[in-house]
Amino acid sequence: MRGIQVIGLVLFLVGMLVFTTLPFLSSYRLTEALVQDQVNEIHREKLAELLQPMYGQSYPSSHAFLTAYSSNFDPYNEELKAKQAWDQVIWDDYGFALAKAAGEGPARSYPWTSLALSIGLVVLGGVLFQFAGSGSAHTSLAHTGVFHSSLKNRGVLGMLTGTYLIGFYVILYWFPAYLSPLVWMVEPIAQFLSGGPASQWFLYGLVYTLAIGVMGIRMVLKYRDNKYQQLRTASVVFFQTAFAFLIPEVLVLLNKPYFDFKNIWPLDYDFFYDYQIDTFISSGGLGLFMLIWGILLIVLGVPLFTYFYGKRWYCSWVCGCGGLAETVGDAFRHLSDKSLKAWKWERWMIHGVLALAVVMTTLTIVNYFSSFSLLGQVTNQLHSIYGFAIGSAFAGVVGTGFYPFMGNRVWCRFGCPLAAYLGLVQRFKSKFRITTNGGQCISCGNCSTHCEMGIDVRAYAQQGQNIVRSSCVGCGVCASVCPRGVLKLENGPEEGRIHEFPILIGNDSIKLRS
Amino acid sequence: MSTRHFVIIGNGVSGITFARHLRKGDAQARITVISGESPYFFSRTALMYVYMGQMKWEHTQPYEPHFWKKNRIDLKQAWVKTVDFETKSLVFESGETLNYDSLVLATGSKPAFFGWPGQQLKGVQGLYSKQDLETMEAITSQPIERAVIVGGGLIGIELAEMLTYKKIPVTFLVRENRFWEQVLPESEADLVQKHIRDHAIDLRLETEMKEILSDSNGNARAVVTSAGEEISCGFVGIATGVTPNVDFLKNSSLAIGKGVKINSYFESSLPDVYAIGDCAEFENPPGPGRRTIEQVWYSGRMHGETLAYNFCNTPVTYQPGVWFNSAKFFAIEYQTYGWVSPEPMDGVQDFFWAHRDGKVSFRMRLDQEGKVLGVLNLGFRLRHEFFDRAIREKWFGEKVMQELGKGVFDPEFYAPYYQEIQAAFQRQFGGAIVPSKKSFFQKLLGSSQ
Ligand SMILES: Cc1cc2nc3c(=O)[nH]c(=O)nc-3n(C[C@H](O)[C@H](O)[C@H](O)COP(=O)(O)OP(=O)(O)OC[C@H]3O[C@@H](n4cnc5c(N)ncnc54)[C@H](O)[C@@H]3O)c2cc1C
Ligand code: SF4
Ligand code: SF4
Repeated sequence: MRGIQVIGLVLFLVGMLVFTTLPFLSSYRLTEALVQDQVNEIHREKLAELLQPMYGQSYPSSHAFLTAYSSNFDPYNEELKAKQAWDQVIWDDYGFALAKAAGEGPARSYPWTSLALSIGLVVLGGVLFQFAGSGSAHTSLAHTGVFHSSLKNRGVLGMLTGTYLIGFYVILYWFPAYLSPLVWMVEPIAQFLSGGPASQWFLYGLVYTLAIGVMGIRMVLKYRDNKYQQLRTASVVFFQTAFAFLIPEVLVLLNKPYFDFKNIWPLDYDFFYDYQIDTFISSGGLGLFMLIWGILLIVLGVPLFTYFYGKRWYCSWVCGCGGLAETVGDAFRHLSDKSLKAWKWERWMIHGVLALAVVMTTLTIVNYFSSFSLLGQVTNQLHSIYGFAIGSAFAGVVGTGFYPFMGNRVWCRFGCPLAAYLGLVQRFKSKFRITTNGGQCISCGNCSTHCEMGIDVRAYAQQGQNIVRSSCVGCGVCASVCPRGVLKLENGPEEGRIHEFPILIGNDSIKLRS
Repeated sequence: MSTRHFVIIGNGVSGITFARHLRKGDAQARITVISGESPYFFSRTALMYVYMGQMKWEHTQPYEPHFWKKNRIDLKQAWVKTVDFETKSLVFESGETLNYDSLVLATGSKPAFFGWPGQQLKGVQGLYSKQDLETMEAITSQPIERAVIVGGGLIGIELAEMLTYKKIPVTFLVRENRFWEQVLPESEADLVQKHIRDHAIDLRLETEMKEILSDSNGNARAVVTSAGEEISCGFVGIATGVTPNVDFLKNSSLAIGKGVKINSYFESSLPDVYAIGDCAEFENPPGPGRRTIEQVWYSGRMHGETLAYNFCNTPVTYQPGVWFNSAKFFAIEYQTYGWVSPEPMDGVQDFFWAHRDGKVSFRMRLDQEGKVLGVLNLGFRLRHEFFDRAIREKWFGEKVMQELGKGVFDPEFYAPYYQEIQAAFQRQFGGAIVPSKKSFFQKLLGSSQ
C-alpha cells in the first residue's frame, strides 16, 4: 500500500509540474486576420491599427507577447483616460483572447496528451494516494497528526501551497492571458459540452470540480464510519458537478443563458446587474424562470430551508465555495482562529460585506428602473470595486489561497454575504442547534480545535449549553471528533433551543448556572 | 459579600470551577489560584491529543489568558512546599509566603507507583502532568524498539493509542484476567480487547510487571514479567491508577487518609481549609454506590460548583446525581449511566445486546421488578438527559426500550441500532414493545444495522 501511495504522490507531483510548466511552453505570432477575428466589431479597426507593429513577429513566450501587446495598446488607452474621454476608452481586455488565438505550443497541438499528463496525472495520483493511504490508517486516527504536518500546520509545505494557490488566483483574475496555454488543452471539452470556445473560467471550473471530486473521495474514505460526512460530501460533489459545472455549459449549448441554479444572491452578487436582468428577460420562458427561481431562492428558499435545517443545507451540502472548503480545505480546518477577538472581527466584516452588497444591489435595481438617471456612475464604480475587492480578492485569492494559513473557511466566515444572511436566519429563526450531551463534556477542546468556523464549541459544551451560532455551517466535524459523544447536530423544536441558563446534569446538590 | 482572600492550590478543573463560580457569586472576594504545573488551566484529558498532533498545547486551555484578568482571578505559577495552618500561610519552594483567609486544596492526583525495582529509571513514567507529556515526547522521539504499558485501565489504553500513533510497538500488561476489570463486564471487555489487538497491540492478560532492568546509562532496557519473560523496551508507561497528591500536606495537623479527609461540605479537619477534586477523600461515600475518592473530571467539576455555592449561599451537602461516565478505546466510544456492575449480581436482571460486527454493544441492568438501574454502551452514543431521567424516575425496562429512539445521541443518518436492541429485548423479556421500523429514508440509505 505504501508503495502505491508513493506512486500516487509522484504522479500527482509530476502532473502539477506539467500543469505549471505548460504555460511556459508556448510561442506567439499575431496576424491581422486574428485580430479581426477576436476583437469586437466596435474596436476592430482601432486594434488592428494599434497592433500593426506586432504582425508577423514571433514571440517566444507569453510574457514577451503580452509585453509587446501592452506597449502597443496601453498608450492609446492612457491618452484617452488622461483626456477623460471615458466613453472612448477600450475597457475590454483582449489580451487573453489574442494570446489564446495567436499562440502555439504542445498544449495546443496535443490537447488530450497535455491534459492527460497534467490534470490527468494530478487526478490519478490524487486518487491513488487517497485509496492507498486509507487502508493503513484506522479511523480512530482520522484527525491525528495535523499539527505535526508541515503542510497542515503552516510549515514550509503549507507556505508553499498557500503561495502557489495565491499566485494561481492572482493570475486567474488579473493576468488570465498567461493561462491561455492551459485553456488550449481544455478546448475540446468545452467544444463538446457547450459548443463554444473555452475561457479561463471554463478551465477554472473544470479544475475546481475535479478538485472537489478527488478530495471528496478522500473525505468519504476518511469518514468511512460517518454517514453524515459521506452524504454531505456526495451532495457537494453532485451540486458542483451538475449545477455549477455541467448544466450551465449545456445551457449555453442550447443557446440559453449560462446559469447556475444553486447560486444565490448576494453570493451571486451580479444577479441583479442590468446585463444579467436583460439576459433573463430576453431569453424567453427559461430566462424568466431563472429570474423568478433566483428571487424565490432568496425570499423563500433561504429562510425556509434554514428554518428547518440550519444554514448547513446550503453551506455544507450545496454551495461550491463550501464544497471546496469541505473537501480540498478539510486538511486545514483546524487553522481557524478561535479567539474572542477573531469572533468580533468576523461579525463586523461579514455583516459589513452584506450591507455593502445590499446597498450596491439596491442602487443597481433603482438605477435599472430609472434607466440610470440616479447615480449611474457611482453604481458602476461600486460594481467594479465590489467585483475586485470582494468577488475576486476576498472570495478567490484570500478565500482559497489562505487555506494553508487561516483555515478553509476564511471567506465563508469573514466575507460571504450569503452566509451572513443565512446566519441571521439560523441565529434567530431556526430549529437547528448543536445539542450537548448533559454533563459528559471533559473540556478536552477537540471540538473547538477542529471547528473550521473558529467557534469555541467547548465554551458551550462544558456548560451544557446548546450551540446556536450564526456562523456554524453544520459541517458536523465537532460532533465526529468529540471523544465523549457530547455533540449532536439536530433540528428540533424552537422552544428551549437557546439555553439562557444552562444546567449541567449530574449534580443534585444545586441547580446553578454554569 | 466578603473581601476574604481565597487561595486555591491547584488550577485543575476542580480548583478553577470553584474560582469561577465563586467570582460569579461574590464580586468582592480576592481569589488566587496557584499551580506549579502550568500558568493556565488546561484540560488534562487532552494530553493524549497533544501528543498525537491532533491539538496544540494552547488548544487544551479552555479560557483565553485575558479571561483571568477580566474576572480578577490572580494566577500564580509556583510549587507550594508547606502550609502553615496556624498562621494561615503558604510557603513556596522559593521561600516566598502567601497568607490566606480560606484555603481550598485542589491538588489532584499523581500516578501510583508500587515500588517495582527499577521504577526510578529513565524511560519509566506515568501520564498525568504536562511534565509527563514533555518527558514522554522527548523519550519517544528517539527510535524505540518497543514500549511496555503496565495497567489495564483508561490511562493505559490512552498510552497505547498514543504510542501506536508514533508507530512504536506496544506490549500491554494487564494484571487482571480482562481489560478494565473494575468496570467492564466480560463481554464488553472481550469486545474492547479484540479492538485493542486489532491495532497490533500485544495485549497480555493476567500478567504483572516484576521488575524493570537498566542499561549502563540508567535507562530502562527491559521489563521482567510475572511469567519470568524479559521484554526489551525503551519506554515503560505506568498506568496502574492514581493516588491523591497530598504528600506535601502530610506531617501537619491536617487529617489525611489516602487524600484530604473531608465531610459532605468539603470541610477538612481544620477550620477554613477545604478540599475538592481528586485529592479529596470523603468520610462517607457521597452517594449510594459511590467511592470516597472520585478521580474523574465530572466529580471535580461538581465539587468546585458546590463548594463555591456554599460560600455564597446557605451551605448544602454534596449530593451527586445519577452516575455517568464516558471514555474512548481507540475508535470505540464507551458511555455509562447509572450502575452496571462488572459482575452479575443476585436480584439484578441483565440484558445484553451486541452487534455482529463486534464493535457495538448495549447492556441494561434492571432490578427484580424490571426497573432500570443502569446502562453501559459501546460503539454508539446515548443521551444523558434521557437516561438520567429514566434511571431517576425508575422507568420499567420496557418503557426505556419503547422510547429508546429518543435516547440515542448518534449523528444523523447513523445506523439505527436501537431498533435491533428493541427487538432483542422483546425476545428476551417479552412485553408489548413495538420495535421501531426503519424509516423510508433509513432504508434508502441502506443504514445497515
Ligand atoms: C491522561 C488523563 C486522562 C483523563 N481522562 C479523563 C476522562 O476522560 N474523563 C474523566 O472523567 N477523567 C479523566 N481524567 C481524570 C481527570 O483529569 C482528573 O480527575 C481531574 O483532572 C482532576 O482534577 P483536579 O482539579 O482535582 O486536579 P488536577 O487537574 O490534577 O489539578 C491539580 C493541580 O494542582 C497542582 N498542584 C498539586 N500540588 C501542588 C503544590 N504543592 N503546589 C502547587 N501546585 C500543586 C498540580 O500540579 C495540578 O496542576 C484523566 C486524567 C488523565 C491524567
Ligand atoms: S460548530 Fe461544529 S458543525 Fe458548526 S461549523 Fe463548527 S465544527 Fe462544524
Ligand atoms: S470535544 Fe467533546 S468532550 Fe471535548 S470539549 Fe468538545 S464537547 Fe467537550
